[in-house]
Amino acid sequence: MTDRAAEVREAVAEAHRAQWALVLSATVRLARDLDLAEECVQEAYAQALAAWARDGIPDNPAAWLVTTAKRRALDAIRREQVFRAKLPQLLVPDEAGAPDAAGGHPPAPDFIDDPADYIPDDRLRLVFTCCHPALARDAQVALTLRLVCGVGTGDIAQASLVSEATMAARVTRAKKKITAARIPFRVPQGRDLPERLDAVLSVIHLLYTTGHTAPSGDQLLRADLADRALHLSRMLHALMPDEPEVSGLLALLLLTDARRATRTDAQGRLLRLAEQDRTRWDRTAITEGRNLILRGMRLGRPGRYLLQAAIAALHADAPRYEDTDWPQIVSLYDRLRQVWPSPVVALNRAVALAMAAGPGTGLREVEALESDPRLAGYHYLPAIKADLLHRLGRHAEAATAYRAALDLTDNAAERKYLAGRLREVTGP
Amino acid sequence: MTQYAILLYTPAPADMADMPVEEQEAHMRHAAEAEDLGGHVVTGFALQPSTTATSVRADTVTDGPFIEAKEVIAGFYILEAQDLDHALQIAKRNPATWRGGVEIRPLLG
Repeated sequence: MTDRAAEVREAVAEAHRAQWALVLSATVRLARDLDLAEECVQEAYAQALAAWARDGIPDNPAAWLVTTAKRRALDAIRREQVFRAKLPQLLVPDEAGAPDAAGGHPPAPDFIDDPADYIPDDRLRLVFTCCHPALARDAQVALTLRLVCGVGTGDIAQASLVSEATMAARVTRAKKKITAARIPFRVPQGRDLPERLDAVLSVIHLLYTTGHTAPSGDQLLRADLADRALHLSRMLHALMPDEPEVSGLLALLLLTDARRATRTDAQGRLLRLAEQDRTRWDRTAITEGRNLILRGMRLGRPGRYLLQAAIAALHADAPRYEDTDWPQIVSLYDRLRQVWPSPVVALNRAVALAMAAGPGTGLREVEALESDPRLAGYHYLPAIKADLLHRLGRHAEAATAYRAALDLTDNAAERKYLAGRLREVTGP
Repeated sequence: MTQYAILLYTPAPADMADMPVEEQEAHMRHAAEAEDLGGHVVTGFALQPSTTATSVRADTVTDGPFIEAKEVIAGFYILEAQDLDHALQIAKRNPATWRGGVEIRPLLG
């Protein structure tokens, strides 16, 4: 009996992880209200615990959840019909005649016996609505976590380092704007798509980097956020397999994540790329990332994610740090700078250049970037400068730069690393 | 269809006399352009320069616009569009965006 209860709990949890976006987006289409849809989906998951324990786990849990959530939504709509008629509803354009960028709603595939089991896949609509440019970036991130990943407001607040009340207000405000301003529940098409897709990719990337390097606190890795971002990236790739930058982002995340286990030592100390145990890098993830890059490169001129992934792949391919193909990395950074003229890219290029052409050459580039106001307060700049000065044997100047970097860093693991480097140049 | 107020902002004092001729001409064409794109301009107004504005806050009357800023409201129109994306598509083409910008606000109800 307990085995069975545990089995059901696990099945519900798995359906939550894997199917939340599918179930919610299908329910939104009927409910035409994000709050109502969310409430009904939550109730459906709660109901599943008892129902699946009693009747067994259904063959198609997602279909069961959608049917249950939709039934609840219908009940609510009937109950509140008069009231709802006065309220603006989420706009769900019917695009039967106009296919979505990803091919629109295909008819129910033949292999599904019962047409009732077929769920229209509205996940892309949900993602693009959450990441609409009319919403602020922090609202896009919050809505994506909440509506696409099904993460609770409390957890989102914790990950974003704001209070739960602030986060709840942010989510409510964003949902209200979607309805009041009539942000359509639709996948953008044609000329709008590249810009809109870029916003989606930025949100997922931001989620990953937030999880990967928490801006403050003791834990370098908020594994859950990084996992969510990977899951989202994978889902997006499954839905838009022919978009090169979608492949690029997934490749970048996989290749970065392949090093996850080796980024810190047993004491939680941050390890540099040169110090990491490369035998423990996840080879399956690296191979998958590399294949995505090869395929993406064939689809057209590579964008920023594909190029960043290609750089990460070169690191992953080197058996030892000193075997890294630095000249090739520098040339990829040159191409990256063309499509994405960011001072952070220029800074990373300087690091690669220091490896390819010597620390003095790299240092000159870094010093040229010091006057860029966009890098003021960016703690990696003094940290990189300090390492280059250190390698040139200019210890006093290196110490000054390490102190400057420490002043700008909140993350405990990164602070520990910098303090250790500072001791190396100042002596005991 | 949803109705949006499109608020047009141009550099203060938003005096029509300062507006380049080609910008004025583009404004004249904008309503027809909106129709071509499937929208509809319900009504629209251009305003006298902000130097002619008078503001009241609580019971104090002051000379000038309500908020001091580099750009001020030069006019507004009511646009009927299918959704925000559609309204954006049309509003982006308004010539106020050349030297200033536009704000898109859905009407209540």
